[in-house]
Amino acid sequence: MMPRMFRNLSAVFLAIAATTACWAQAPAVLEFQQQRVEAIERAVPTAVSVFVPGGGGGGSGVLISPDGYALTNFHVSSPAGVHMRCGLADGNVYDAVIIGIDPVGDLALIRLLGRDDFPAATLADSDRVQPGDWCFVVGNPFLLASNLQPSVSWGIVSGVRRYQYPAGTLLEYANCIQTDAAINPGNSGGPIYDARGDLIGIVGRASFEKRGRVNVGVGYAISINQAKNFLGYLHSGRVVDHATLGATVVTDSEGGAVVSNILESSDAYRRGLRYGDEILELAGQPIMTANDFKNVLATLPKNWRVSLVFRHGGETIETLVRLAGVHLEDELLEKMAGALPPPPPRPVPQPKPAENSEPKLEGDAEEDSEANPHAGSDGDGQLPDAVAALYEQRRGYANYHVNAQHQQRLWHALRTALPAATPSEDAPSDSGAANEWYLQGSTPQGRSVEILIGDDVQQITLGETDREEARRLQLQEPTHAYQAIEEASPAALLAALGNLKRFARLGPGRYGDTYYLGTMPLLGQWPLRDVLVATAGDVETRFLLHEGRLESIEAFAGRDRDPAELLLRGAGAEDAELPQTLELRFGTTPALIIQLQSWTTRPATLHSGSSS
Amino acid sequence: MDFSARFCFSDFGVACLRRICPVTWLLGVLLGGAVLSPVTAQSTLPSVIRESQQRVVKVYGAGGVATLEGYQSGFLVSPEGHIATAWSTVLDVEPVVVLDDGRRFDAEIVGFEPTLELAVLKIDADDLPFFKMQSDVPVRPAMTVLAVSNLFGIAAGNEPASVMRGRVATIASLAARRGTFETAYTGDVLLLDLIANNPGAAGGALVDTQGRLIGMLGKELRDAATGVWVNYAVPASSLRPAVGDIIAGRQSTPVADQQPMLPRDEAHSLQTLGLVMVPDVLEKTPAFIDAVPAGTPAANAGLRPDDLILLIGEDRIDSQRTLKETLRRLDRRDAVEVTVQRGSQIVPVTLTPAP
Repeated sequence: MMPRMFRNLSAVFLAIAATTACWAQAPAVLEFQQQRVEAIERAVPTAVSVFVPGGGGGGSGVLISPDGYALTNFHVSSPAGVHMRCGLADGNVYDAVIIGIDPVGDLALIRLLGRDDFPAATLADSDRVQPGDWCFVVGNPFLLASNLQPSVSWGIVSGVRRYQYPAGTLLEYANCIQTDAAINPGNSGGPIYDARGDLIGIVGRASFEKRGRVNVGVGYAISINQAKNFLGYLHSGRVVDHATLGATVVTDSEGGAVVSNILESSDAYRRGLRYGDEILELAGQPIMTANDFKNVLATLPKNWRVSLVFRHGGETIETLVRLAGVHLEDELLEKMAGALPPPPPRPVPQPKPAENSEPKLEGDAEEDSEANPHAGSDGDGQLPDAVAALYEQRRGYANYHVNAQHQQRLWHALRTALPAATPSEDAPSDSGAANEWYLQGSTPQGRSVEILIGDDVQQITLGETDREEARRLQLQEPTHAYQAIEEASPAALLAALGNLKRFARLGPGRYGDTYYLGTMPLLGQWPLRDVLVATAGDVETRFLLHEGRLESIEAFAGRDRDPAELLLRGAGAEDAELPQTLELRFGTTPALIIQLQSWTTRPATLHSGSSS
Repeated sequence: MDFSARFCFSDFGVACLRRICPVTWLLGVLLGGAVLSPVTAQSTLPSVIRESQQRVVKVYGAGGVATLEGYQSGFLVSPEGHIATAWSTVLDVEPVVVLDDGRRFDAEIVGFEPTLELAVLKIDADDLPFFKMQSDVPVRPAMTVLAVSNLFGIAAGNEPASVMRGRVATIASLAARRGTFETAYTGDVLLLDLIANNPGAAGGALVDTQGRLIGMLGKELRDAATGVWVNYAVPASSLRPAVGDIIAGRQSTPVADQQPMLPRDEAHSLQTLGLVMVPDVLEKTPAFIDAVPAGTPAANAGLRPDDLILLIGEDRIDSQRTLKETLRRLDRRDAVEVTVQRGSQIVPVTLTPAP
């Protein structure tokens, strides 16, 4: 249904057209107008008016999936905490629950409840946006949407790849879109669409300075491509952090981004990046200046591994780097607590927090509570049942409930799609009886390989060749696994498979400390893979899955060292249920490649002390 | 004409009704032009914008205290690196200019025209893209315009300037509002319906949808009575003669050091003219007059305390030291042309020495 405001607007336009004979190009004008009206009609239903229950302010948001997931700003969701009331242009108000937050990138993922057929925006490729493109902003400026009809403002893209310094200590806007479409307080968190009505970004802040907190034609939006990078992380329910390379970069006087400082503990250092090297490409994006570098890096999540191309002493090196976090976990949580606004006003008078505890957020959506017609219904801090059922509080998480669900989902995927898909019938993998995995294969050079993965002991046997004697390596104690990774020994493969088997058997609850990290590229390549992190003993293991298939296991022994990386290649191709090869890597160097012939489960034969 | 400017801000509806026919006609033409073939619109507007951005420069100079920004915008008007920009406090020091491609230059102020609030800079470069100061670009109310500037200093290094889109609301004189707007410029301005005149936007280019220069964004102006900020540009047609003269060297206002110094008893001095300046305590103390003793040439010419000396003859006075040096090069028997700024007015006077 065409919202009334547009009908009225069209009527005004048509009236003008009818009363003047001046519309020399009327058909073209009307066609353009029609396209615009259609784009707006398509976009408006996906825009969300966010209200903080109890009248603590609000802002805007945008639906990105039919099951109710919506993006908004961290600085809009944070005053609400867990529960928001969200109005759509259909005239309904929905409860929404917090899912995940990115305080550095000023993004939050929330979920509207009650429907599985929400209108959702189409996500555009924001790297294609350029200055001069038409665009429009839909949202809830000044919390005007008291009838739940959002406001629309039209403009052009004024600049792309803009960098805006953090407001206070958080909310860094990198590689953002600048527009002259009107953005006012309350538009925060809302969508900016291209001329077709596809989503190109999330509006978040504006330059105001001396004219007061109203639009002066300079607004900024977080690019939707940045949001896409973080979406998997936000779905994890965690408080997520951004990436650092462990190196600083300056623009050289000759042009070019040159490393001015580098941490020896960083992965980039281990990959050969040194002081004075010129960075040419990061995550597939060309880097010409320090500004480019910052723009690309700040749109990447912590722990991602991306491609890096640099020049070192006349040589061009292409490699992969693992990115560390900008913050330590506690540091991020502290900063976040510092950036949170004071609690929303309550009916009971209480001493006002000090003025200087206000966050210095440009474009912050705080508004008078009187302006909010939906306030007060549940401002008493009690969560509605539907919200409470989907929320679990835990330190470091925006909502642990969703993380726990993803852990279960991936555990289930690992168990059903496990490569050991040929369990012998007398030893089902989850029965009480001890069993072991038995893998057979050979190296590309023809050396036979036999692997036994028991619950307590793991063993690999490399066959005899013309030049080498048979070799057997065993892990018998938990500390052996750590050592094998630390020493970059082929036995690290046993640690990876041993942890896989143990995790598949015990699951998230009993294995140790586990969590769902979100999604990241594999070997710097898209599509993004689900990542489950499980820590037991001193070894942190990451399982990377794609469409229910395990593609990689990474086992870390300490932060400052290459993990053992076990790639399970070829599963799923040509009906193959098993991976066709196992490849053990340290850094970017393969240490052992095994072409797999069989992988079965059988009653345990291997016990502690049974080594030969 | 004088009132239409006010209508546009305080009572836009009335202005619109009065102008409905030409406005809508132009809307039709412009919109029609833009949408006749959407493909063309998408491929040409970005290229017009890109070409305009390449002609706009970032200017960095004095400032950075309180509400005085130390940066503004400018645009190239010759392939040899002449840059038109706003005459402002940013230019109290020799400015640094950063081109669209990120190249950085120390610029020289080659001339300025205080009544236009215009300055022309020169950088040592050639083969640069530039705006032609054409006289035949039609400018009408309701025409679509692009404002290209480095407002808020958003762009740095090789980042392109920001671009905003809007329309010329009307063409009107700010003179009717004299006293409310603190500006020396009294000619017609292009009043804009976009919020173009933000910090750092002064000196930016206003272009039409074909990328032709039609004006220079002015300094921020706020109506002292209503607190309303005005968005405007000085028309290119007003700037054209002065820019041309400065580039051609017909009007050159460098700090003078060409003429030889005369012996102290043959040259002019502050005393011969009757100028008492504010205490000279800075490296570049502005040439503000502190007192004008009665009966002196300065008093006879009507100079007053608080006048700021901008020019002696055609030589720019950027400090009291320059003022004293410039006077040393003038024969004390000759009359002296002095241009001062009094409040927002530019006042030229002639100081005739006592016979």
